[in-house]
Parts: sequence; structure tokens; C-alpha cells
Amino acid sequence: MALTREQMAQRVAKELEDGFYVNLGIGIPTLVANYVPDNIEVMLQSENGLLGMGQFPTEEELDADMINAGKQTVTAMKGASIMDSAESFAMIRGGHIDLTVLGAFEVDVNGDIASWMVPGKLIKGMGGAMDLVAGADNIIVTMTHASRSGESKLLQKCTLPLTGAGCIKRVLTDIAYLEIEDGAFVLKERAPGVSVEEIIAKTAGKLVVPDHVPEMDIPA
Amino acid sequence: MSGFDKRVSSYEEALEGLEDGMTLLAGGFGLCGIPENLIAEIKRKGTRDLTVVSNNCGVDGFGLGLLLEDRQIQKMIASYVGENALFEKQLLDGELEVELTPQGNLAERMRAGGAGIPAFFTATGYGTPIAEGKEVREFGDRPYILEAAITGDFAIVKGWKADTYGNVIYRHTARNFNPLAAMAGKITVVEVEEIVEPGELDPDAIHTPGIYVNRLICGTFEKRIEQRTVRS
Repeated sequence: MALTREQMAQRVAKELEDGFYVNLGIGIPTLVANYVPDNIEVMLQSENGLLGMGQFPTEEELDADMINAGKQTVTAMKGASIMDSAESFAMIRGGHIDLTVLGAFEVDVNGDIASWMVPGKLIKGMGGAMDLVAGADNIIVTMTHASRSGESKLLQKCTLPLTGAGCIKRVLTDIAYLEIEDGAFVLKERAPGVSVEEIIAKTAGKLVVPDHVPEMDIPA
Repeated sequence: MSGFDKRVSSYEEALEGLEDGMTLLAGGFGLCGIPENLIAEIKRKGTRDLTVVSNNCGVDGFGLGLLLEDRQIQKMIASYVGENALFEKQLLDGELEVELTPQGNLAERMRAGGAGIPAFFTATGYGTPIAEGKEVREFGDRPYILEAAITGDFAIVKGWKADTYGNVIYRHTARNFNPLAAMAGKITVVEVEEIVEPGELDPDAIHTPGIYVNRLICGTFEKRIEQRTVRS
């Protein structure tokens, strides 16, 4: 069975380590915050200028001056800091973020990522995505393995305009966890009940399949 | 003698000298920390053909979105413009030019502009459409692109508290691009919620030192929330 959005978030959460500063993009990445293990501390960075994003406010706590990068009202956790946008992006561009999780339209075997622009459709802008992919060493891309019409999103070469070149090393899809090494996707884990054959069929870029591909350890 | 007193007595006076065709830098992220009364004054004043530099362009009917209604903006430099139907229409109709720039580049370009740095190399955007036509240089084993600084004829900024000398403190994430816009304006106009006497603000707590600020005015703010999200 393909993973649900929540299960994808649960799998990404296994990559969190105690003391990590983490930037989570919009969509599935945001859900990762719900699955931080109880025995570790992580701090979420919101690129508009908040390090240590807390939970959503109560009605009483609601404050127009306190929002996250998705423009939602939030709170600051104990131990948070607030900075201007240049300093917030200095953290990102200077490689200080331990883990970045973001979505994409396409990823290819060279680690190129396309996530912000579909020619012919309205272009809304890249926001902070180009800074995040260029600045972080440790990035996990979360996306479905193929589009609704069955087109693979794991390609030999991205077809859409890039967000960054050679930036991506790890991809979690709804059916597989893969790493990018030496110009190929390497299949590391498969979703419970998903066959290697299905993953091969849905991967357009060069794929290396080890002899043994374990199932992901995901709570049912 | 007014010395370092930056206060002006009206919004009209605050924006005196803003003319058609000028470049205007505006602080704010979404609708958070936007200089809403200064924007409203620009609408009232009717200044046209502006190049506006701001992370976003407000929403329909509020913030910088107000300046679209009478087509006062000729060109927008921003990182994300997806919250605004009128913006979309004017863009598709060819009435509005847009230069999309990554959010970190936008912040750093304004910071550089204010700091007298004409351009800088960054890895952000290398290999993407925004790198087209820009100089590339390798440092170590990595390619970087050259990004130019941004300055403006005017900067409009929203602070929380200031003293009469124009030392400004921002509140929470309403800081965002405001200190950077403040640095990069030839004439920087700051509106705040409260003005106090010099000496009342802790020098250690100042975010924007008064040297960057030319004009200061106290206003009242609607502070509209774009995505109201609460927990039960």
C-alpha cells in the first residue's frame, strides 16, 4: 500500500535527531512536526524570521505580529529567537540548518529539483525554496512517486525549470525511500506491501536496486 | 533646531518628494508588519509608475494590493505574489512587470544596498531560470551567481516603538524585511505604534538605529491576519 501523507511524515520524522534545527516546507513536510519523538528536542525554523516555532495559538494568544512562513498565526516556543529576513536566510544559506524537508514536482538522478514553476501556468514565485535547496546539506524531498496520470516524478533529467541544481540526495515518496548516488536513484526502502517491481515501473530515472530492499518501519 | 528629531506631523509630509517613476522599498511579509498607513497615503497621493520592492504584493484590497487598484505599480520585485487576483490579472494583461527573486536574495540584496555593497555572489538560484544572464564564478568547487544590491528612492517601514531620534524596535515576526528596507532607502520613512523620548529605549534593544531613518510618524494599525490559525 502506498503511504498516506501522515505515514510519509512519520517516516521523515525518523530522520530527526536530538538538537536538530529543522526547516519544514508547506504540505507534507509541515506534518512532520506532529511526529517528533518524545525523547528528543528539535527546533523548527520559519524563514520569515522565527527560530523555535511553537504550536498554533489559542484564541487568547492570537497575535497578528506572530506568523510563520505559511502566513499562519503561530506561537514561539520557549527558547525561541526572532530575527530579520536577512539573518533568517543567513542561517539557511550559511548551512546552519540541520535538516530541510520540502516538496517538489520533479527530482532527477543528478540531484536537480524542480518545485516552483510550471510553464504555461501562473507563476507565483519561488519564495524561499531556492535558498533552502542551495543552502542545506541535508535535504529530504517528499512527493508522490508519480503524478495522478501515472507520470514518474523521479527522472533522468528534470523537465520543468529548476529550483536548484545538484542539491538533492534523499527522496521519500509514497512508495519508496531513495538516495541519489553517482547519477542514479538507489532504492533503500519500500513502503509496506509495495513491490520492487512497482517501484521500478514508476521510476523513469536510472534506478539501482540492491539485492535486499527492506520494508519501511511505519506504524500501521 | 530639530536636531535628531525625525518626527513629521502628517502622512502627507512623511511622503513628500515621492514622485512618479520612483523605486519604493516596502517592509512586511504577507500582511505582517506592513506600513499600512503609508501605503494608504501613496494610494491617496496617486503616485504612479512605481517600481515596488517587497516580498509580497499584499492581497486584494489591502496592503500593497491597494496600489494595484489604480495601476500605480509598473514593476514589482518580489519572491512570492500568489495571494492576489488583481495582481494576476494585471500581469496576464501585460500591465504589470514582475521580477521574481528568491526570498533570501531579496533580503540580502536590500541589506547589501544599505551597506554599500554593490553585489555579492550566492549559490542560491545557480542552474535555475533566475541565473540567466548573470555572472558565474567558482569558489572552492562550487559555482555561485552574482546578484546586484537593491536601493530605493524611498523605503516605507513599519516598526513597533521608536524614540524621536528614529531608533526603532520591531515586534515579533513583524520585523521580517523592515530593517533591511530601512537600510536601503535614500529616504526612509518609518511608521510606528508608539513614539517615546530618547533614553526610554534600551540602546542594546534597538533593531534599526536612527541613522537609517529620515522621517518618523505614529499611526494606528488594522493588522489584518492573512491565515487565522488557532488550536482548540
